[in-house]
Amino acid sequence: MKGRMISPGKAKGEAIVSKESIGFYGGIDAKTGIVIEKGHPLEGKCVTDKILVFPCGKGSTVGSYVIYGLKKNGVAPKAIINKETETIVATGVILAGIPCVDHIDIEQINTGDIVTVDADHATVDLV
Amino acid sequence: MYLTQEEEKILDGEKGDVLERMFRLLTRLGDIYGADKMIPIGSVQVAGVSYKSIGDPGTEFLEDIASQGATVQVLTFLNPAGMDLENWQKIGFPNDFATNQLRIMEAFKKMGIVVTSTCTPYLAGNLPRFREHIAWSESSAVSFSNSVIGARTNREGGPSALAAALCGRTPNYGLHLWENRQPTVKIKVAAHLDFTADFGALGWYVGKQVKNKIPYFIGIQEANTDQLKALGAAMAASGAVALYHVEGLTPEADLVKTKGLEPIDVLQKDINETYEKLSSGKNPDIVILGCPHASLREIQQVTDFLKGKKLKKPLWICTSRMMKEVADRMGYTTIIEKAGGNIVADTCMVVSPIEKMGFKTTGVNSGKAANYLPGFCKQEVVFANMKKLVEAQL
Repeated sequence: MKGRMISPGKAKGEAIVSKESIGFYGGIDAKTGIVIEKGHPLEGKCVTDKILVFPCGKGSTVGSYVIYGLKKNGVAPKAIINKETETIVATGVILAGIPCVDHIDIEQINTGDIVTVDADHATVDLV
Repeated sequence: MYLTQEEEKILDGEKGDVLERMFRLLTRLGDIYGADKMIPIGSVQVAGVSYKSIGDPGTEFLEDIASQGATVQVLTFLNPAGMDLENWQKIGFPNDFATNQLRIMEAFKKMGIVVTSTCTPYLAGNLPRFREHIAWSESSAVSFSNSVIGARTNREGGPSALAAALCGRTPNYGLHLWENRQPTVKIKVAAHLDFTADFGALGWYVGKQVKNKIPYFIGIQEANTDQLKALGAAMAASGAVALYHVEGLTPEADLVKTKGLEPIDVLQKDINETYEKLSSGKNPDIVILGCPHASLREIQQVTDFLKGKKLKKPLWICTSRMMKEVADRMGYTTIIEKAGGNIVADTCMVVSPIEKMGFKTTGVNSGKAANYLPGFCKQEVVFANMKKLVEAQL
């Protein structure tokens, strides 16, 4: 699948897919990488070292620092794939250096799939 | 993206390491979102101020930038901090938290940022004009400035707003362009909106459904700026709404195209159900008002209501330092304190560590606060209008 490069880099790993948007501030714990938003489909799941797939960001603009914090704390996802990356996530992944691609048909990716992300060429492939 | 010679020089590192790094972030965002050039901005509001929000990684990031002597180019305000910056001891904020919070404020001050911390800069001395380009980041302030004032800003992340402040520019894309400010969904409201909290409920319900679309409201007959503030804040929290229009009330409503929009109806039962959905608890340990920061009118309303009464449990009204000054002068603060409440400035319930201060259930009249408190402050929530919340504590 071909998309748009948001933040460069390459990664390969297991996908964790949310059909709902993710707000990082108040949504994911920057110390543990665990989703803490009540009632979120991924509540209680950990995004660390996964390929995190979700349609778009939502909520507070502090989310960028949470993404940066996840990386600094060593609990960040390996890469992020979106349908549409909005500015909060984009700023976060650029600062943190997490590969990120958007404009991807994320319906085709399921949790547990092994995915390769080549953000430099804006491609996402299921292995 | 077209860059001027001066801008090329920043990217080549001629203006130092920090500016190069910050400008690179801006140009990359500009490239992603199809900006044709950089545009000068009138003011900035930087989010990511509370130690609780940004933690050690954010604090170190800010100290690093400040230590290299970079200063902001335009009037720059801050989002709420994690505590009242003057009365934190009296109100009971933890010591270790305060130490880190003050480190953050020092770093911002070094950069020339006005260290007044509020999500309502437009009430506190940073007021953009219609069509002015700005780079603001707190999501409710973004919504208010775009929608109610008609200024132009994208939803900036904390770091991208800081970068814009240091460079005096922002990439020209998104909501800076008129064609992107057109509504994409019509909201037909057929419900009573009496209290500010009703607007919060409406906003939460709509934001959840429309995500990052641009709503055009019809059927809202009257709303003051406090109510529009509550509406926008809730939509930006449950969704990612950065701009909305209200027929007859907001400045761009008569100028945009509204034909053929997909309609969504909001009925009284949707508002009632939203109150139920957002109320996970009973019997609050504390009532916290002022999300977004209370206006002077909102402080007056609470003061009038509390005069000569005694509260059983704590009550905070969160506001900006500027509003607090006037409340002090007018004697509102004394009336509220006599009733057992506090006016808390510079901070709010979402970004302060209330879960570490012994509170488990919080009463709020804000759709935005009701949205965030369960996740970020581990609170059970009672969401109701101000009178109901306060009456229950008398």
